[in-house]
Amino acid sequence: MALDKSEVEKIAHLARLHVSDSEAEGVTTRIKDILALIDQMQSVDTESVEPLAHPLDVVQRLRIDEVTEENQRESLQKLAPASEDGLYLVPKVLE
Amino acid sequence: MINSTVAEISAALQAGDISSVEITQAYLNRIAKLNGELNAFITVCEESALEQAAAADAARSAGNTSPLLGIPIAHKDIFCTKDILTTCGSRMLHNFISPYNATVVERFNEAGTVLLGKTNMDEFAMGSSNETSFFGDVKNPWNTECVPGGSSGGSAAAVAADLCAMATGTDTGGSIRQPAAFCGITGFKPSYGRVSRWGMIAFASSLDQAGPITKSAEDAAIILNAMAGLDEKDSTSIDRPAEEFTASLNQPLKGLRIGVPKQHFAQGLSTEIEKAVRDALAEYKKLGATIKEVDLTNSHLSVSAYYVVAPAEASANLSRFDGVRYGYRCEDPVDLEDMYKRTRSEGFGEEVKRRIMIGTYALSAGYYDAYYRKAQKIRRLIKDDFDRAFAEVDVIIGPTSPHTAFKLGSKSDPVSMYLEDIYTIAVNLAGLPAASIPVGMANGMPMGMQIIGAYFDEAKILNVAHQFQQHTDWHKQKPGPIASSDEEA
Repeated sequence: MALDKSEVEKIAHLARLHVSDSEAEGVTTRIKDILALIDQMQSVDTESVEPLAHPLDVVQRLRIDEVTEENQRESLQKLAPASEDGLYLVPKVLE
Repeated sequence: MINSTVAEISAALQAGDISSVEITQAYLNRIAKLNGELNAFITVCEESALEQAAAADAARSAGNTSPLLGIPIAHKDIFCTKDILTTCGSRMLHNFISPYNATVVERFNEAGTVLLGKTNMDEFAMGSSNETSFFGDVKNPWNTECVPGGSSGGSAAAVAADLCAMATGTDTGGSIRQPAAFCGITGFKPSYGRVSRWGMIAFASSLDQAGPITKSAEDAAIILNAMAGLDEKDSTSIDRPAEEFTASLNQPLKGLRIGVPKQHFAQGLSTEIEKAVRDALAEYKKLGATIKEVDLTNSHLSVSAYYVVAPAEASANLSRFDGVRYGYRCEDPVDLEDMYKRTRSEGFGEEVKRRIMIGTYALSAGYYDAYYRKAQKIRRLIKDDFDRAFAEVDVIIGPTSPHTAFKLGSKSDPVSMYLEDIYTIAVNLAGLPAASIPVGMANGMPMGMQIIGAYFDEAKILNVAHQFQQHTDWHKQKPGPIASSDEEA
């Protein structure tokens, strides 16, 4: 599959990663190499094969919808790079 | 004593020949002496380890006889440990003090183990050499110019160099088995769902599984007894009756049917490893096993399918690292998007970013069917191959890795690194249990043999591995350059 620099920039944006101009070419080459490895699987006809999401085809358990966690806001927010009055601080979103 | 197995240390503690404080101090001394060179630990918990050891000795005096009580362990730095730095080998979490324990960690705490520290690893478990860690390369104890394998390279090096009695690892595509092979020790990946993933930092959720890294198959069984079991907090953890993995270790192998996949002895396999595994098969024959060739027709597609499934799941899992709630945040962001992008670009290393991009691409609009869905279909074909083989044999045996540990810095392109896991990846795609045990030495470096079992046949694999270790002593080889001396023992 053809992949050019502009497409790599689009993927980087979707993944919220920054690829600088100086890195772009190297990153594109590496990703092309990996996609070539991945594309080996295209050689097999899988038309009638069911996709496998879980090796044992089990269905996830559901639990009763009730509160099981205690409020740990204070201890958890201590881990944040910036917080104030129980809120996480981020750069201004709206002018 | 530090070069002993968990079984031996457990017996010595129970007999009162040694205390937990003494053995813990001996390991701490050895870590202080060798970790500078090996870089196996990111964090050493000296003070709390000695406190836990003293508590274990007190519990033993009070009548507690848990087999793991007072035994020093090292956890891979992918497991969340309450109030202890948990980095996952990444700058993104270089300052993350976990507010809770992973279920695996809780289980070991309940069993009374002593936590020596957290081991180095490839960043977010993405790598086969431990060279992607933000905290530097780990050195192979057998030859410090070589890699220990990855991603559980720190745990494998620590066990091989007697820096701990046992360690935990995780295996998404071979990350327990390949470093175990490279470091000459025993590594065990249980069936998907056997061990809780809760609190284990997620890489590829449909593949990740935790397991023990040890000095013998018997130790792996003892430790799996403590690790395995249903956890309500992990919705993919399997509800199975409790099992004693040690119970059938001594079962004779007469009548055992061993399958040998021809695809695992194809081009690219070193002649020394092929010979060592064939010699092992001859040993099994002497013990009464029969050998049969099996056909894993689609195994050549496993690496391709894996590099869609694993990066796709990783790209979703790692979206949580955004600089808002924990971990690294870039300096002076101009706006929210700048904060996300620079935080992630500065916080993640090259390999992690590469895999996030591959995964993002594979899941992006228009490509889902061609990549993720296609890979899931290949996954079905690979599982079907194993199902057919296990209808005829009890275990499948082959090499763990095509060659012994390679030199640090010698594999610079990602694709050649990805092909390192050619024999191990299919096992994760199928969710099966598998071990790697030492099977010989080539040019001073250990070689590994992989034993794959059917779903939930952990006890059978451990029985097959233990019987081999009863009749050979490859697992007792110690790295010469840094072999433990008697004074420390």
